[in-house]
Amino acid sequence: MVKAINNALDIKLNEDEGVVVYGEDVGVEGGVFRVTEGLQRKYGVERVFDSPLAESGIVGTALGMAVSGLRPIVELQFEGFTYPAFNQIASNVSRMQNRSRGKFSVPMVIRFPYGGGINALEHHSDSPEALYAHIPGLKVVVPSTPYDAKGLLISAIESNDPVVFMEPKRIYRAIKQEVPDEKYSLPLGKAKVIQDGSDVTVVAFGALIRECQKAIAMAEEAGISVELVDLRTIYPIDRETIRNSVRKTGRMVVVAEAHESFSVGSELIAITNEEAFLYLEAPPRRVMGFDTIVPLAQGEKYFIISPERIFYEIEKTFNF
Amino acid sequence: MIQNNLPAIFRDFNPLEDKMLSVIDNEGHVVSKQYMPELDDETVIDAYKQMLYERTADEMAISYQRQGRMFTYTPNLGQEAIHIAAGMNIRREDWLVPAFREMGTLLAKGVTMKEMFLFYLGNEHGGSFQNAHHTLPIAISIGTQLHHATGIAYSVKYQKKDETVFTFIGDGGTSEGDFSEALNFAGVWQVPVVFTIQNNQYAISVPVKSQTKSINLAVKSVAFGIPGIKVDGNDFFAMYLAYKIAAAYTLSGKGPVLIEAFTYRLGAHTTSDDPTKYRKKEEEIEWGLTDPLIRLRHFMEKKGIWNIDPEKLTEEYKQQINQQFLDAEQNKSYPHEDVFKFMFSDMPDELKRQKTEYEQFLRWKENRK
Repeated sequence: MVKAINNALDIKLNEDEGVVVYGEDVGVEGGVFRVTEGLQRKYGVERVFDSPLAESGIVGTALGMAVSGLRPIVELQFEGFTYPAFNQIASNVSRMQNRSRGKFSVPMVIRFPYGGGINALEHHSDSPEALYAHIPGLKVVVPSTPYDAKGLLISAIESNDPVVFMEPKRIYRAIKQEVPDEKYSLPLGKAKVIQDGSDVTVVAFGALIRECQKAIAMAEEAGISVELVDLRTIYPIDRETIRNSVRKTGRMVVVAEAHESFSVGSELIAITNEEAFLYLEAPPRRVMGFDTIVPLAQGEKYFIISPERIFYEIEKTFNF
Repeated sequence: MIQNNLPAIFRDFNPLEDKMLSVIDNEGHVVSKQYMPELDDETVIDAYKQMLYERTADEMAISYQRQGRMFTYTPNLGQEAIHIAAGMNIRREDWLVPAFREMGTLLAKGVTMKEMFLFYLGNEHGGSFQNAHHTLPIAISIGTQLHHATGIAYSVKYQKKDETVFTFIGDGGTSEGDFSEALNFAGVWQVPVVFTIQNNQYAISVPVKSQTKSINLAVKSVAFGIPGIKVDGNDFFAMYLAYKIAAAYTLSGKGPVLIEAFTYRLGAHTTSDDPTKYRKKEEEIEWGLTDPLIRLRHFMEKKGIWNIDPEKLTEEYKQQINQQFLDAEQNKSYPHEDVFKFMFSDMPDELKRQKTEYEQFLRWKENRK
C-alpha cells in the first residue's frame, strides 16, 4: 500500500504543478513509513519538503495554499499527532468554503496513518475517523487495499473539498497486490461489496477488512453466508449500499477498531434502522474497540479485534 | 527589569550574541575557570559513574530491542551530561516533567531500569513511575508537557512551596505552538520552571536549520522576557553550573529560566529510525569527539582523580541492568481488567457492559478449545 500511495502522489505531482507535498520528515527521509520516498529528489524541495515540527502550522498553512491556487497534500506523522492540528481542521479547513459563501474552496488532502496492532508507544494506535467524520465540511476516506488506496487518493487530490485520508498503517506493507501503473480513480462516497452473501451483512473498512475475511471463512464453515461491505469512504457515507445489503440479509454487524460509543458503528446502525427496520431479523451489532485508551503492546491483544471475535458476533447475530 | 536581577552568567552568555557556556574542552582542559562549579572529587566521580550507567543501560536496551525482546525504544546516547547534571540538581521535592529522552534524570528521581524496560515492553505500569516523587509520566505528544510544567509551577507558587519544576523538550518541539505558549505563560505568571531544550540537532531526520531561522534556541527566551542561556550540553560541568544557577533563580521567586543544552543525538531517534538516510558518517564522527563521557574522563585523568576501571564497572552495571530486564521481561501479568480499570475513578456502567460482554467472549473462546 505504501508504494500505491507513493505512486498516486507521483502521478499527481507529475501532472499538476499546483500539487505540493509536505510534513514532518516527508522530504529527505521520505516519511517515517517511506510513503513519500524519492519524491523530493524527483520534484525538488519547492514541491516536496520537510516542515517545522508543528501540526497546526502544517494544516493551517495548507489551508492558505489551498485558497490561493495550490493543491497541498500534507502528511501528519501519526493519527495521535493530528490533535494539535484539530483546531485548524475543525475551525477553518472544514468551514472556509461555507464561511466565504463559496468564494474560496479548499482543495487539500490531510494524510495520516492510523490504527493499532503494531506494538507501538502511546498516540500511535488510535482510530479517530469518527472525530473527523463528525466535522461538517470534511470528506473522510479509508482505503483497505493498495488498489483502492491509489484510486481513492487520486480522487481525494482532485476533489475541490478538503479530504482527510486515513491510511491503515498495520497493512501498509502487509498486503501485496498488483496495481496498474497508469492513472485511475475511484469515486469518493462509494462503498464496495467485496463479497456477496445472504445471511449477515458485515460492514468494515481499513485494516479490519482482512480480519473480516478470515472471520467470514470461519462463518462459511459454520454454514453462515456473509456479505462483506467495505465502506471505503466514511463521509459522505454510502447509504444506498448499506440499505440494499441489509434489506437483503436482514442482519448487520459493524466491525471497526475505534471506540464503540458515538462511532461510525453507531452511525451505521442508525442508517440500518432508518433504511431497513422492517427487514431486520436480529438487532444490529457493533464489534468495536472498548471505550478505553488503546493499551500498550502487552495489553493490546485484548483491544485488537480478532477474526475469532468477529466470527463470534456474526454467529450470535445469525442465531439470535 | 529582569536584567537587573539576573545572575551574571545570563549576561556573560547573552543568547543574542550566540555565546555558549563551556567549562572544559574535548580534551578535558578547563577553558573557563571562573565557571567551574565547586564540586568535590567524589561528586565528580559519582557523576561519571551515573553517566556510564545511563550509557550502559541505553546500549543494553538497544540490544534487547534488536534481539526482538523489546519494542520501539528511544535512545539517550550522547546526552547523558544533561540528564545527570539535571538529576544532581533536582531535589526530591522538585518536580520532573519529562519528554521522552532524559532517562538519567528519571533514574535520579528514583525510577528503576526495571520500570523503564517494563514501559518499553508495552506495559503502562512501567511508565507510571510509582516510586519517583513528583515525577510525571513520559510525554510523547511533542511539546504538550511544557504547559503541564507551567501549571505545576503555578500550584507551587500558589501553595508557597519551596519547589521548582524541571521540564524538557527537544529542538523540534520548539516549533510547536505549545512551546511558545508555555514560555509565555510561565513568564507572565513568574512561576518556577527550568525549561531545558535538548538541542540534539535533529527532529528525527529534520535538522535544526529547517526548524528555525533563530541564531540559536536560547534566544527564544528574549521575546518572552525570561532569562535564557545556551550551554554546552556535552560538558557536564557547564550543565551542572547552569542547573545550579537556574534552580536557585527559580526558587528565589523570580520566574522561569530557559536553558538550551547544545548536544548531539549520537544514536537514532528511535530504534525504528535509520540516521544513515539523512546524515553523514563524518558528522557523527566529529560530534563523537565531544562525547560527554570521554570529556569528563579526560578531565578526571588530568586532575589525577581517575580511579575507575570502566570495563569492570560496565560489566558490573550490565549484570545489574540485565537482572532488571529479566525481572521486567518475566512480568507477563497484564490482566484484561487493566485495560478498563484506570479509565475513570468510578467505572461507568457503559464500560462495565463492554467489559462483561468481552468476558463472555473470552469464556466462549475457552469452551471452544
